[in-house]
Amino acid sequence: MVIDSKKIRELEEKARQVRLMIVEMLARAGSGHPGGSLSSTDILTALYFSVMRHRPGDPDWPDRDRFHLSKGHCCPALYAVLALQGYFPKEELSRLRKLGSILQGHPDRHTPGIDVCSGSLGQGLSVALGMSLAGRVDGKDYRTYCLLGDGEIQEGNVWEAAMAAAHYRCDSLCAILDYNGFQIDGRVADIMNIEPLAEKWRGFGWHVFAVDGHNMAALIRSFEAAKKVKEMPSIIIAKTIKGKGVSFMENVVDFHGRAPKKDETELAIRELSP
Amino acid sequence: MAEMLYQRDVYGKTLVELGKRGADLVVCDADLSGSTRTALFGKEFPHRFFNFGVAEQNMMATAAGMASCGKTVFASTFAMFATGRAWEQIRNTICYSNLDVKIVATHAGITVGPDGASHQALEDIAIMRAIPNLRVIVPCDGPETREAVLTAFETPGPFYIRLGRAKVPTIEERRPFALGKGSLLKDGRDVAIIACGIMVREALRAEQELAQKGVSAQVINMSCVKPLDGELLRKAAASTKGFVVCEEHSVTGGLASAVAEFTAQNCPVRMACIGVCDGFGQSGDEPDLLKEYHLTAADIVAAAQRLVTST
Repeated sequence: MVIDSKKIRELEEKARQVRLMIVEMLARAGSGHPGGSLSSTDILTALYFSVMRHRPGDPDWPDRDRFHLSKGHCCPALYAVLALQGYFPKEELSRLRKLGSILQGHPDRHTPGIDVCSGSLGQGLSVALGMSLAGRVDGKDYRTYCLLGDGEIQEGNVWEAAMAAAHYRCDSLCAILDYNGFQIDGRVADIMNIEPLAEKWRGFGWHVFAVDGHNMAALIRSFEAAKKVKEMPSIIIAKTIKGKGVSFMENVVDFHGRAPKKDETELAIRELSP
Repeated sequence: MAEMLYQRDVYGKTLVELGKRGADLVVCDADLSGSTRTALFGKEFPHRFFNFGVAEQNMMATAAGMASCGKTVFASTFAMFATGRAWEQIRNTICYSNLDVKIVATHAGITVGPDGASHQALEDIAIMRAIPNLRVIVPCDGPETREAVLTAFETPGPFYIRLGRAKVPTIEERRPFALGKGSLLKDGRDVAIIACGIMVREALRAEQELAQKGVSAQVINMSCVKPLDGELLRKAAASTKGFVVCEEHSVTGGLASAVAEFTAQNCPVRMACIGVCDGFGQSGDEPDLLKEYHLTAADIVAAAQRLVTST
């Protein structure tokens, strides 16, 4: 598949804006999860600005592609993408994690564009499987996307869903693993090893793509290739960098779940500004 | 002799009836479809029936995903596994999102019988009742099971309906089921016996024995545990000397707790609890188990007499 390089540059520019919005949003909120939000930014940008069929003005459009953020703590990235797309006014981002806000600390149905709550890890792949199966019952051709964290797949529920999705030959289901290598307590490999990853998913009956999760062209190629996979679900294992785009956050586990302080925020904004 | 029915037979047949009404009904099970009777639906509507194998957590969260796309989803397995194994999926994914998932669990309570303690859910009402948005119904017989399932189908949002394993007699005195309402089956002035599930049968038997002993008892079928009928409780508190609350469940957190939470704040009343007292069950036949765990009409009679004579 040939991808227009101008389109790629546009997407990269969107991703830069999203990262900036994440830093500003978290700094104002005073808490939240920058590391995984920044590692998943390019994936979400590719999905919402290129891959998915959706209508921001009509979030309940029955034929829309579904997206479910199973790693709910990375919702700042999703909120920024939804706001840029016009699902709700950008001003709402300044109310993240505040009392009465439509932008809760973890995804909630009060946010236009979010179909099912998440935040408790391990349940989202099942939710996405349900969306995919409902589409089959209704004879619809929408696709369902689900973003998983690497630490998250230590949850047993994920593998129940993986087994069921392959059993039901859900080729409209595409999972993405944000493989940034860190979880709250440290390196995934040290806390609870999840390797060999590709072999595990293949063993469960999935078609596996491995990709650099910050290479926009490669991401889009994988998503488009996954659309052509038949009779089995797909997973895109996206190798990412936790905190990607802010030099002092990259691969620093401390930024899994803490907001930047004032001086850190200023530095991060400078790095992310054009 | 009263007609004897399996509540789960009624459930399976009602699903088939509802399946014929429209295409938005989907049914899920976790390898117990023969026992829960969802297999009846599966045979009739195979493309709208999903068996997820022995994986209750996945079943519940998948049901939520289906419901988010406009399906009304009935999800069934044994009460122990539906509520215990998948509690957090029910809490965080189904109920927090307020989705149309109707959890209909069978084999609840001590009358599961010979399978023993690991399969005898005695805490399910407590842990389901604590979850916001979730309505909790414990039908007393076959016909009320049908009415509860129809109500759940027609009412948006999540439900928990608790059914038993064994055949139960159809209660002649029963009134039509209404969400948020209990029903007065017998009026009386000394004591109110408030029951749900199979204990309604025991309560009615106890009422007759008490009448012979000169004690006048009310009998209330409180099949709708949540939302609870506070108005009926106020009336019962005002017209009697106390309550005997009966459930095939732990006395911790179930119907008795729900009644006590309401009355303590609104119409304080003396209470006796008939239920399993902070213990696990064991293997045995239904009548022996009911006797062993003090869940019979005779136990209700004794509790009512103590309550009446000590006031």
